[in-house]
Amino acid sequence: MNQITMPKFEPVLLANIDKPNSHTLQAYEATGGYRALKKVLAESTPAAFVETIKSSNLRGRGGAGFPTGLKWFFLPKDHPGPIYMCINADESEPGTFNNRILMEQDPHQVIEGIILSCFATRATTAYIYIRYEYPLSLERLQAAIDECYAAGYLGQKILGKDFSLNLYLHRGAAAYICGEETGLIESLEGKRAWPRIKPPFPAVEGVFRKPTVVNNIETACCVTQIAARGVEWFKSIGVPSDPKNPRDPGSYGPKLYCLSGHVNKPGCYEAPLGITCRELIDDYGGGVWKGRKAKAAIPGGISMGLLTEAEFDTPLDFAGPGRVGCLGLGTAAVVVLDETVSMVDFLHNSCRFFAHESCGQCTPCREGTAWSLTMMSRIKAGRGRLRDLDLLLEIGDSIGIMPGTTICGLADGAAWPIKNAIRKFRAEFEEYIKRTNPTGYMVTDAVESLPILAGH
Amino acid sequence: MATVERVLTDEMIEAIKAYFPRYPTRQAVTLPALHIVNQRLRYVPLAAVVEIAHLLGLAPAEVQDTLSFYGFFKQDKPHGETRAWVCRSIACALRGGEELLDHMCHTAGIRPGQTTADGKLTLEFAECLGACDFAPCILAGDKLVKNVTHEAADQLLKELRNGTNAKGNGQP
Repeated sequence: MNQITMPKFEPVLLANIDKPNSHTLQAYEATGGYRALKKVLAESTPAAFVETIKSSNLRGRGGAGFPTGLKWFFLPKDHPGPIYMCINADESEPGTFNNRILMEQDPHQVIEGIILSCFATRATTAYIYIRYEYPLSLERLQAAIDECYAAGYLGQKILGKDFSLNLYLHRGAAAYICGEETGLIESLEGKRAWPRIKPPFPAVEGVFRKPTVVNNIETACCVTQIAARGVEWFKSIGVPSDPKNPRDPGSYGPKLYCLSGHVNKPGCYEAPLGITCRELIDDYGGGVWKGRKAKAAIPGGISMGLLTEAEFDTPLDFAGPGRVGCLGLGTAAVVVLDETVSMVDFLHNSCRFFAHESCGQCTPCREGTAWSLTMMSRIKAGRGRLRDLDLLLEIGDSIGIMPGTTICGLADGAAWPIKNAIRKFRAEFEEYIKRTNPTGYMVTDAVESLPILAGH
Repeated sequence: MATVERVLTDEMIEAIKAYFPRYPTRQAVTLPALHIVNQRLRYVPLAAVVEIAHLLGLAPAEVQDTLSFYGFFKQDKPHGETRAWVCRSIACALRGGEELLDHMCHTAGIRPGQTTADGKLTLEFAECLGACDFAPCILAGDKLVKNVTHEAADQLLKELRNGTNAKGNGQP
């Protein structure tokens, strides 16, 4: 058999995580750490470094995939300042843990990227908004920040240049919505984390009403690596732009894929963008556990919906999951469901998560997520009706920024698992409802326990 | 007029004030201040909200508004010496997270959100702890407990109730 052997991909973002004391400045500098910062500060200018990142086509790793260089470029020119950098470490998307690994095992790679990003954007204050649930990350980052101040990488006149930066940690309080960039900004300001209506976008008016960039932890690490290895290296990895679509920024660079659920070897794996879901599960994750078959997988955090097993050859790049009806690549966190998983249980879990995490600001999301959980609970308890599936789909199709009924994308994330699960596994839902509610599954009238549904 | 006892100690006030230079507004110190009080008292009573508001130059309602959004800060009484979160989100649920939470609640004789009678332990459910590679997992105080079996959970409960487990609430 003529088998093409792919060259084994050499991890870059995760290159140091298994080294002894990888979280210390000494260990980081021993592997060339902060050389990229020194080089950029000595040889480049903020505008030139923005161009570098722009030409790399680096897309934000937090979930939305917006081009990072463009985000920086949108900052007003010649602004008197201050400009703020917010680093989003509120990693809360179910299935996602790559930022945790970077912060715990290689915090200096993160910080070098933050300093470089602030140099490019002329931000003089940066906040890392870190979720409450990551105490070790908090500790390691604080220690790393202290080391940086002592070493002259942070503070006044960094490396003797006319560039000053203060970097602070800001600890969250266990709310998923704080990962939405304007929710994060509101939370940082000391308010309830209600996302803002855009425009104005944060680049124009963000935290403390000043121009603000919000970037993800893994994005910052990519900035470090692009500064160290160059744009050509970055663009030699991944999936090129679609030549037929001049606006497609492509999917370049390495990506941290989180793999969990029913696989033999759950973990965070670095691979070129565009690896297929099947390759990730089989080549990195050691296949589905217990010798079972897979039934479905979440492609990029629960918000992104579901891939059926037949769709596992979908490339996990920014465009791939969307082609099979998923919301997108999201956080590239793949959660595998084996053949024994009930889709009713899956969707109940998903609906419960979003009902718990909806911030309550927009009525369609607050009510939609709560009612979808109420219905899923009833179905799970054996009181479901076939009509409930249509009602769930009605919620799924009507909440979110895509139908245009909410301020932020949390509702789209709540809607996609509903839409994908029911549309891709409808027969299973119907079978479950008929089996568990043999006398009532055809009822279409409002049922007593949920009278409000009649008016929905 | 009777003197009302302060809730915030001088040490807490100093710790809160140390955050002022970090932000251009005092209101931004709301979350840090709530964490500082919560770490020490294991709850944030209304009286503390009033004192924080005074420190930050805000109306008490503004601080309370923020506090009540998060559902994280208890206000009626302190949580247990250790607060442990058992993850129930999808990656953990697929590997027995919900059964683990049930088992621990049953063993400890409390429901999620409740504290044991000896005040040692508050058990809660968590939405994704971001440790799906170690599912099912628990965050007990500052300690991530990985790949928790029911036997390991029993052991953890024993340690927490005997006070032999390293506890803590994390320092910002």
